[in-house]
Amino acid sequence: MAQFLMIIISAVFINNFVVVQFLGICPFLGVSKDFKSALGMGIAVCFVMTLTCLITYPVYTYILVPLGLDFMEIIVFIFIIASIVQMIEMVLKRFSPTLYSAMGIYLPLITTNCAVLGAAELVIDGGQMASLLGITAAEMNMGYAVLYGLFAGVGFTLAIVLMSGLREKIARSNVPKRLKGFPIAMITACFIAMAFYVFTLI
Amino acid sequence: MKTDFKKIAKDGVISSNPTLKLVLGTCPTLALTTAAMNGIGMGLAVTFVLIFSNVIISLMRKAIPKEVRIPAFILIIATFVTIVRLALDYFLPDIYESLGLYLPLIVVNCIILARAESFASKNGVLASAADGLFMGVGFTTALTLMGTVREILGSGAIFGHKLWDFSIGFFSSSAGAFFTYAVFIALFALITDKCSEKSKHKKANDKIKENA
Repeated sequence: MAQFLMIIISAVFINNFVVVQFLGICPFLGVSKDFKSALGMGIAVCFVMTLTCLITYPVYTYILVPLGLDFMEIIVFIFIIASIVQMIEMVLKRFSPTLYSAMGIYLPLITTNCAVLGAAELVIDGGQMASLLGITAAEMNMGYAVLYGLFAGVGFTLAIVLMSGLREKIARSNVPKRLKGFPIAMITACFIAMAFYVFTLI
Repeated sequence: MKTDFKKIAKDGVISSNPTLKLVLGTCPTLALTTAAMNGIGMGLAVTFVLIFSNVIISLMRKAIPKEVRIPAFILIIATFVTIVRLALDYFLPDIYESLGLYLPLIVVNCIILARAESFASKNGVLASAADGLFMGVGFTTALTLMGTVREILGSGAIFGHKLWDFSIGFFSSSAGAFFTYAVFIALFALITDKCSEKSKHKKANDKIKENA
């Protein structure tokens, strides 16, 4: 139980994917102009990230490593992620048009979202998992991998939703000419990162 | 058809600098600029992948069907990233360690896919190679400059050599990464705008002189 709680707090707050580990910055800056699309992107990422960890972790541990093909991980992982995204898109289109209209436009962007590939690479890296979650390589299993994928996605959603709220306010204020666009977004992110820094002191 | 290499060079390094003008590939830029050496390592790795993926995609641009071009591009890029990763692990294990997670993530670096889509899939081999090289140079320069500034301010060192004991911890934290990047983008825009205004004035003046 304590370990579950540790994973949740670590993935969402202490090692937040966006502002601490710098993964998924492109959608964080690109799709955070309004609250609704930020939330849509966040939920889509959570969904894909959980599924990705659910598939890549067993594929790596039970297929690639025994066959000595672990150097192929990048190619295999990106292929799996692209297939998952394609499959979700088709399933949603067929069975839930409302959900598709909410999430659909963000799905193609997720294939090249480094947060998803980053999560897949992190859960197979024993050293990283030990330093991030305090789980040793021997204790690591599929449950932890999927849980980490899910809550890393929740952390991404939290950051992008916070960012969208701040950017909606900034859009209505008077920003110096040179700082319009990306610079002011980066400075906003800087303040969010400072806020998250507090969690590392726990 | 003659290829305008001067224009490709200017585009890659200045007028559409991938890091400072287009703001692409932000994740490694923010994460790896705590030290100048990391910036160079990442920059060179990306440059290598950019050149070779551009060349191969340019060679195969007529063979790849339009509908499946994105997966095909990603597979080509992933192959070269795997090569870089294995080579670094073997020859330069220190750099391999310090780049860590961000090395496999070159696959999803938007600069490479953007150049494949917007340049290599439409241009010849030599022009694509040059484009890859100069885009890489633009990326490496930006990362190294940012890395130098953050290393001097954040840990009082340059390329790992200690300069003084004074340091501002903020610049080596994640908040400092965002702040430094913001300042760099704004300054770069300011400088390039001033330069282009100057050259416009110069051209206008030349025209007046010609007419007179």
